Amino acid sequence: MRITQGCFSFLPDLTDEQISRQVQYCLEKGWAVNIEFTDDPHPRNNFWEMWGLPMFDLRDAAGVLMELTECRKVYGDRYIRLSAFDSSHGWESVRLSFIVNRPKDEPGFRLDRHEVAGRNIRYTTMPYAADRPEGRRYGGS
Amino acid sequence: MPQNDLMARSIPTSRRAPQEETSMNQHSMTVRGKDRYKSGVMEYKKMGYWEPDYEPKDTDIIALFRVTPQDGVDPIEASAAVAGESSTATWTVVWTDRLTAAEKYRAKCYRVDPVPNSPGQYFAYIAYDLDLFENGSIANLSASIIGNVFGFKPLKALRLEDMRLPVAYVKTFQGPATGIVVERERMDKFGRPLLGATVKPKLGLSGRNYGRVVYEALKGGLDFTKDDENINSQPFMHWRERFLYCMEAVNKAQAASGEIKGTYLNVTAGTMEDMYERAEFAKELGSVIIMIDLVIGYTAIQSMAKWARRNDMILHLHRAGHSTYTRQRSHGVSFRVIAKWMRLAGVDHIHAGTVVGKLEGDPATTRGYYDVCREDFNPMRLEHGVFFDQHWASLNRLMPVASGGIHAGQMHQLLDHLGEDVILQFGGGTIGHPMGIQAGATANRVALEAMILARNEGRDYLHEGPEILAKAAATCTPLKSALEVWKDVTFNYESTDMPDYVPTPSVAM
Repeated sequence: MRITQGCFSFLPDLTDEQISRQVQYCLEKGWAVNIEFTDDPHPRNNFWEMWGLPMFDLRDAAGVLMELTECRKVYGDRYIRLSAFDSSHGWESVRLSFIVNRPKDEPGFRLDRHEVAGRNIRYTTMPYAADRPEGRRYGGS
Repeated sequence: MPQNDLMARSIPTSRRAPQEETSMNQHSMTVRGKDRYKSGVMEYKKMGYWEPDYEPKDTDIIALFRVTPQDGVDPIEASAAVAGESSTATWTVVWTDRLTAAEKYRAKCYRVDPVPNSPGQYFAYIAYDLDLFENGSIANLSASIIGNVFGFKPLKALRLEDMRLPVAYVKTFQGPATGIVVERERMDKFGRPLLGATVKPKLGLSGRNYGRVVYEALKGGLDFTKDDENINSQPFMHWRERFLYCMEAVNKAQAASGEIKGTYLNVTAGTMEDMYERAEFAKELGSVIIMIDLVIGYTAIQSMAKWARRNDMILHLHRAGHSTYTRQRSHGVSFRVIAKWMRLAGVDHIHAGTVVGKLEGDPATTRGYYDVCREDFNPMRLEHGVFFDQHWASLNRLMPVASGGIHAGQMHQLLDHLGEDVILQFGGGTIGHPMGIQAGATANRVALEAMILARNEGRDYLHEGPEILAKAAATCTPLKSALEVWKDVTFNYESTDMPDYVPTPSVAM
């Protein structure tokens, strides 16, 4: 399967040049871009690990691409996403977020059904990869 | 005053304006002192409801009416009558006014302008003191402003065009239960419009069949599916069946995609008790969103908004029935007023037009509605039908929904007209796809992502739209086939509701 979180998951994986243009768009809006990675892609796992702080005051997308290259060297077997934060009043939240790196194999999720009263079912979504400890989920060391 | 008194009253011929037009906005005609309270009938404009020198206070509520007086009726008198009958007046002088601070409570018409290019119609600006209204109650606000005057005999027609709601009043409302920012955070979706579809056919599917459509559409790439306005609890599908199968579909699609998904479970019912029961069940099942119809009424909407805030639920509003009073230009209530009331009332989604789809919607007017939903401050923009500066004082933003006759091939136009904070709902455009519902959903999602990517890259996506779509379709058969099937579908009809002011080009400095 292919996890379709983020803004561009239905398109073919973006090239670095395409990523760079999206980053430039964010920087021109005055948003701070952040690199985050995880090996727990549960849809409600909001807090992926941060690769450093959001890059405030950056002008050139090349800075983000450099960091992304470094991040991929260490965590290339995991999901990596870029998120852009807008600090302006009334937003103060993420304005764009998209995946820029995926594990080679994405096993996806198991849906557990727990039957309760009436016809009601309690559902739990479990990433198959999360059966293993963090750091060893996608063939990592 | 009882409705009958109002209906029985007419303006005597002797009071009608002379043949020549009264010059607009002349000085006050208010009778003062003892004479004001002599028993009998007095013109509204002399009773203190026409005060052209009045400067509205920052805390006043201002209403703009389009007044069409009967032939021969003085437009100033007609407008003063609207002010009177929507505040303190009755058809005759009453001495009990003198027990009150009557001058404060009188609504004051302070300006009357002929409507451009519409002979016989006038814009009347009327200011109301804040003390005339109950805090946090759309029922009270609307009962005052539109409760009594729309059947008034001296008028041929009357339309409430816009309202300025003072911050002091805005702050007495909860506002959208969730708001755009929190909805996006909760759904984990940023930087693009959300995608939805209404399950079709509207009527007749069993719960199990209905859930099938939900699953296919969500798995294919939509963020939301939606019950239609009249899907409540009918013989072919009782509500619990629908809720149970829909949540199976949502959870299955969520696991299949790794994305948060939702389906608007319509909790509209005959009583509040039934609606609460349905909403509670939706919550118990883990739904992120419920929906209600506009026809349940303002108080019920506010109650559900409070419930939604308390229960971490997104609240979708289907504007069922609004066209009965919003569509005609001369009579009724403009949708921009309804949008303002609904932002106060506290819904999170509202259908606000598509411009390009099958339902009514002039581009400039629709833009005005979207601004009312999404901005923290709306400057006066007559060319969009927005007559007042409106501050929302950080009240949550309300997500507009575009639904009705739209398809993937219009993605560039939709993004251009409606922007990014909107829900695009492709019902037929998903379910009617020749390769199936999943393919229909995928076509829409790919078209959308390709367009956002191009826009962010700085391309002229509006003009290069067809090219951008064609390129995306080269690697996506479902999109290719959607573009082929619906390539010629457009809905080009004359709008019935457009702004009265058109911008004239000015010389750039």
